[in-house]
Amino acid sequence: MRILVCVKRVPAPGSRINVTPDGDAVDTAHLGFTTSPHEECAVEEAVQIAEQHDGEVTVLTLGPAESEEQLRYAASVGAHNLVLIPITEVDWDPQRTASALTTAISGIEAADGTFDLILFGNESADTGGFQVGIRVAHALGRPVVNGIKGIDLADGAASARREIDGGFEVYEVPMPAVLGIKEGINLPRYPTMKGRLASKKAEVSATAVEAAAGGQTRVRLHRPLEQVSETVILGTGPEAAPAVVDLLEELGVLS
Amino acid sequence: MSEFPNRANVVVIGAGIVGSCLVGHLARLGWTDMVLVDKGPLPNPGGSTGHASNFIFPVDHNKEMALLGEQSANQFRDMDLSVDSGGIEVARTEERMEELRRRMTSARAWGIEAHLLSPAEVGELVPFVNDDVILGGFYCPTVSVVDSLETGTTMRREAIETAGCQVLANTEVLDIETIEGAGGAATVSAVVTDKGTISTEYVVIACGVWSNRIANMAGATIPLVPTVHQMADVGPIDILAETNNEIGYPIVRDMDSFCYERQSSGSMEVGSYGHRAILHHPDEIPSNEEAALSPTEMPFTPDDFDDQMEQAIELMDMLGEAEIRYAINGLLSLTPDGMPCLGETTEVRNLWSAAAVWVKEGPGMAQVVAEWMTYGYPRVIDAHGADVSRFYEGERSDEHIWSRADESFIKTYGIVHPQEQWAGRRNIEVGPYFSRQQDLDAMFFQARTWERPQWFGSNADLVERYGLEERPVEWDNRWWSPITVGEHLNLRENCGLVDLSAFQVYELEGPGAVAFADMLAVNKIDVAVGRSIYTPWLTPDGGFHSDLTMMRMGEDTVRIVTGVFDGGRDEFWVRKYMPTDGSVTFRNITRQVTTLGLWGPNAPAVLGQLTDHDLSQHGSPYGAIVPVQLDCGGSKVDASLFRISYVGDTGWEIYTDWDNGPALWDAVMAAGADLGIRPTGGGVYGTSGRLEKGYRLMGAELESEYNPLEAGLARPKVKAADFIGKEAYLAAREIGDPEVLMTVLTVEDQTDSHGRQRFMQGGNEPILMPDGNRIVDSHGRSSRVTSAGFGPSVGKHLLMAYLPRELAVPGTDLQVMYMNDLYPVTVASTGAVFDADDTRMKS
Amino acid sequence: MSLLVLCDHDRGTLDEASLEALTFGRSLAATAGITCEAVVIGAGADTATALLAAHGAQRVHLADHDVLTDYGPEAWGETLTQLVRSIGATAVTACGTDRGNEVLAHVAARLDEPFVANCTDIDPGDAWTMTRVQWGGSLLEDATLDAGTRVVSVAHHAVEPSPAEEPGEGLVVPFTPDLRAEVARTVVKDRVVLTQGITLATSPVVVGGGRGVGSEDGFAQLEDLAGVLGGVVGCSRAVTNNGWRPHSDQVGQTGTRIAPDIYIAAGISGAIQHWVGAMAAENILAVNTDGEANMVAKAGYAVIGDLHKVIPAITEEIARRRG
Repeated sequence: MRILVCVKRVPAPGSRINVTPDGDAVDTAHLGFTTSPHEECAVEEAVQIAEQHDGEVTVLTLGPAESEEQLRYAASVGAHNLVLIPITEVDWDPQRTASALTTAISGIEAADGTFDLILFGNESADTGGFQVGIRVAHALGRPVVNGIKGIDLADGAASARREIDGGFEVYEVPMPAVLGIKEGINLPRYPTMKGRLASKKAEVSATAVEAAAGGQTRVRLHRPLEQVSETVILGTGPEAAPAVVDLLEELGVLS
Repeated sequence: MSEFPNRANVVVIGAGIVGSCLVGHLARLGWTDMVLVDKGPLPNPGGSTGHASNFIFPVDHNKEMALLGEQSANQFRDMDLSVDSGGIEVARTEERMEELRRRMTSARAWGIEAHLLSPAEVGELVPFVNDDVILGGFYCPTVSVVDSLETGTTMRREAIETAGCQVLANTEVLDIETIEGAGGAATVSAVVTDKGTISTEYVVIACGVWSNRIANMAGATIPLVPTVHQMADVGPIDILAETNNEIGYPIVRDMDSFCYERQSSGSMEVGSYGHRAILHHPDEIPSNEEAALSPTEMPFTPDDFDDQMEQAIELMDMLGEAEIRYAINGLLSLTPDGMPCLGETTEVRNLWSAAAVWVKEGPGMAQVVAEWMTYGYPRVIDAHGADVSRFYEGERSDEHIWSRADESFIKTYGIVHPQEQWAGRRNIEVGPYFSRQQDLDAMFFQARTWERPQWFGSNADLVERYGLEERPVEWDNRWWSPITVGEHLNLRENCGLVDLSAFQVYELEGPGAVAFADMLAVNKIDVAVGRSIYTPWLTPDGGFHSDLTMMRMGEDTVRIVTGVFDGGRDEFWVRKYMPTDGSVTFRNITRQVTTLGLWGPNAPAVLGQLTDHDLSQHGSPYGAIVPVQLDCGGSKVDASLFRISYVGDTGWEIYTDWDNGPALWDAVMAAGADLGIRPTGGGVYGTSGRLEKGYRLMGAELESEYNPLEAGLARPKVKAADFIGKEAYLAAREIGDPEVLMTVLTVEDQTDSHGRQRFMQGGNEPILMPDGNRIVDSHGRSSRVTSAGFGPSVGKHLLMAYLPRELAVPGTDLQVMYMNDLYPVTVASTGAVFDADDTRMKS
Repeated sequence: MSLLVLCDHDRGTLDEASLEALTFGRSLAATAGITCEAVVIGAGADTATALLAAHGAQRVHLADHDVLTDYGPEAWGETLTQLVRSIGATAVTACGTDRGNEVLAHVAARLDEPFVANCTDIDPGDAWTMTRVQWGGSLLEDATLDAGTRVVSVAHHAVEPSPAEEPGEGLVVPFTPDLRAEVARTVVKDRVVLTQGITLATSPVVVGGGRGVGSEDGFAQLEDLAGVLGGVVGCSRAVTNNGWRPHSDQVGQTGTRIAPDIYIAAGISGAIQHWVGAMAAENILAVNTDGEANMVAKAGYAVIGDLHKVIPAITEEIARRRG
């Protein structure tokens, strides 16, 4: 079982995200970085599948050289192979990213064999383009379903569950397949101290890939206008209950 | 939400452990109209308190830190927000084992229960420690873990309930406004916040890592830098979870990997002081909104932690499989000298600092500042080492603060010798003889910013001449040389020239100068022109603030000469109390005046070659200042000869203009060439010469906890003029004989348990009764070594210590503990052990 | 020249998101000077045509095929792509729901065109300029789109759905795509209903708990209140991480986005992760011991106090009034 997980290095901001003065990017001067949460779950899912099916997990990222930190984190929680497509720009647009990933994946598969599963996060935490995994799947001619919160493997097919309002849909996807993973599919493990130390020694293979820019171009980032509202304090402690219930009546939710 | 306060008596900025405890303590001392402001939410506004490891190891070599730590631990206990977990410092090296023995000694000094453990005994207390990698442990059962946030809440509540303190969270200070107060001094007037402006009499900055930035708003400085201390919470771990409490096992400090392992419920917090120094400018700290966690929980940089992680696993196998659930680059405050920043800022009146204080000292330090604001000086303990006015200009720049923090971070768990010198930021202030001293291979010790020769390599021949030896144990020999003994013996035999350029020299001038000088000093300053007065300055409570020399230079001119370690505090004390009516002006003339000390039996013969002035006790009497012209290589140099001695032999402090210094040095050295003159270092001036004469040193023997009677510096009569501390001083005299007296003791046998000769360093080693019991007076003051050094002319190692009066009798046999061994000592004197009647000095 | 709006239906009933997309699309088409057309996929959609017309659809394409009996991202994407090509649509849009974004990504991949997800505002010129959502709504991006066929989704809850002042013609046009069997590989095979009735995403009342609830058991009081209000319980990421509630209860950027009439946030500090999932709520009542908590500042209403005392008191008060 060969599994590939594509991850993205994203900033870990607080409740206010600052933008650089020129509006080009998130101001990351004082921020740490992490793996996009959906993708962190995808790595965990891949590692669990690999543990159950004697598999091998490769993690691939397209990003600045520092993205090695996220690859090593993946190694510290059980990924086996780490591949970096280094870029120098802040971000590549989704078409360009998908094109580069497709090239890189084809290259790896040509050398080492086809991936039975390729996992993406449903969308990245920062730019939220909702498309890279689907574009890659299309380019590779593989089936793809997004929003996956459960995977069972049997007889060369992935039974994938997708959460909908009030339940879930089940897809039977023949492998090789591509799945877009959503947070909640699992609770990702934390790295152990030994895992962290071992990951320091893991090899990261870097593959430079060129790809043409797509048609979506960032002009600038900005923060939405904040709605300044006065909070109405209904009271302190349990004595506030009548005021609360008055409010609920007023809003018509007490019917 | 209550109305925004437009007026207050005092605004405390920062609601962490310090600010919150401060309003509580101020309330207890009767303060009202207080406002506590913090830019963050409560109870955790996002400063260092919020991520503190919250444990207190009560043993510290430093007296202020040890006693305030203990004081704080007791306040946490009194609030029932503390649990005694116990704690063990483990050693992986023999050098560390020796340090643990030194800690045993400090534990005894402060009366803290402590035990040296074998590896197996460590294993009994903490079964998951791999006892193969350790040589032993230092166990302290009263190590405690506290709830700092709840303590802050409790103290705030007390201030709110008893003193109506108003607490404004989520309120950011944008500016501190000042006005030109009496005498032209910038004085606090208002605090500007994003919610409004509060006009106020007093402002206290308790802003932790942000303190310097906030102080800068008012034009003041609080020299500290936000510094990263990494920590990781790893778990869950079954053996820890099974204790079913916050902490069930003693905290382990793995000193040689600069790490600690502290149970936190079911997981282990691994904290490190072993990584590279990671410093931040306050502007780099994100706001509460911008921070992923809190502002002072900065993004973890794992590469810096890996070495510590490996060592942690080495010590505790189980940590290898534990998951890293939370890891931060936590910020804390470091200062240039490792001590806190307390007291009124020097630049702005009524602007106070309560900064660079960790949780372990928080409540105690808050009490210190509250008392300081209330009584004019702290009562709970002398805090001169933490006084923010101790810093000179050269210690307040970012360059200096960063360099010191960069060098000292690794010393947090390090083994730091009492004499240890800094590697960086040297030669900030040097005397006019510096290049000459370099040519003489001087070993320089830095006193705050000033370089002073401790001994001269060029005098190495004296070692042979006097048959001297190195000390057998490296620790005793470190930062020491037998040359210093040679310089001492040569001074006693011939004479020595001592560079005293680091003296801090001030001049008060004007019609009110003498009266003001008298207000500062215990002894009478209104004496004949040309006389000098050695005098204490007291705190309002009658303890020592300073100990220095004042000189009546003219009708309306008084010169103040004080030691380099105390210059900052003394200058601030003068400025703080100076009349605001313009009748006195203050000048710091340190860099205009240089001083050379020339002492020894040949000193008069040497100086006599440069002047025709009568240098006998008649023409240049002891304690008098006479203006002369000295013949320096053909040119006449104006100088003042001040006949005095701090080393016990006759001679002078020679004052001249800074620029004349080199010519004077050359002339004196040439004149003394055939009379055995040698350049002589601080080892003689500050230690061996001084100790043989039993002279007290400010900051060592003299502290605000002791008064002139106890120090043996009281004169028969008290002057009529008023002075600061007079009332308390009179009351102490009224009581009669003091409870303790300063003494000099001789070590009767320096042989340790390994048969080696040892030399106590003067680092608070406890003086004990023959039965081993501690000696503690009714105020809780323990008898401990305040200064120590070898007395070459008496052939014994000398110690100074306060002893209860009944023990302060020559011939009394006692013991001293050093590195956990006991040595017999005998009380030699309450005065000098060499030339007790001052024949050599005054003949 | 037309703008095609993908509308989703459940046995002929349009969902709110589709009407948002149509409301947005009709205004965008008007500005761009092109016609606004809707497409619904699968059988039984004909009953929706009147409503689509009322919301401005000039034509309603009813796409159907054996493979389209249930949802399948590839089948839907292929169908929509063929329709775009067939009618020569110059733009295609949908609401930025899971399905909407997924299908449009398939369309864009097939057309080899860019896809701009979750726009809040579009200015159609020669090159379109738009504002779109990043970071789940805490940041906005201004972008330009250079494409032959513009594929864009409109951020959910970015517009209020409203009928058009001048209804569209609503001309119904059947469409049968040519679907290869291969696209059926990702069609829904089964559906599992987990809970009866109201869900977190649609509940008019959500009672959320954060770290301040303190334990798994602590949620019982929140369940009680949600029960009497006919609502459901949600939680913050800290709660999920502590294992006190399943992830399906998590409100937030990576959990469920809620839009209730009232969200009662108890013991929740209001980290951005959580806030972006809750900000679409009509009203927010924060219950927190800390009057300075972020959630209190952002909420319209607040009670300062221990949630373990306040929440039961509210439940009791409701019971008392109902007698």
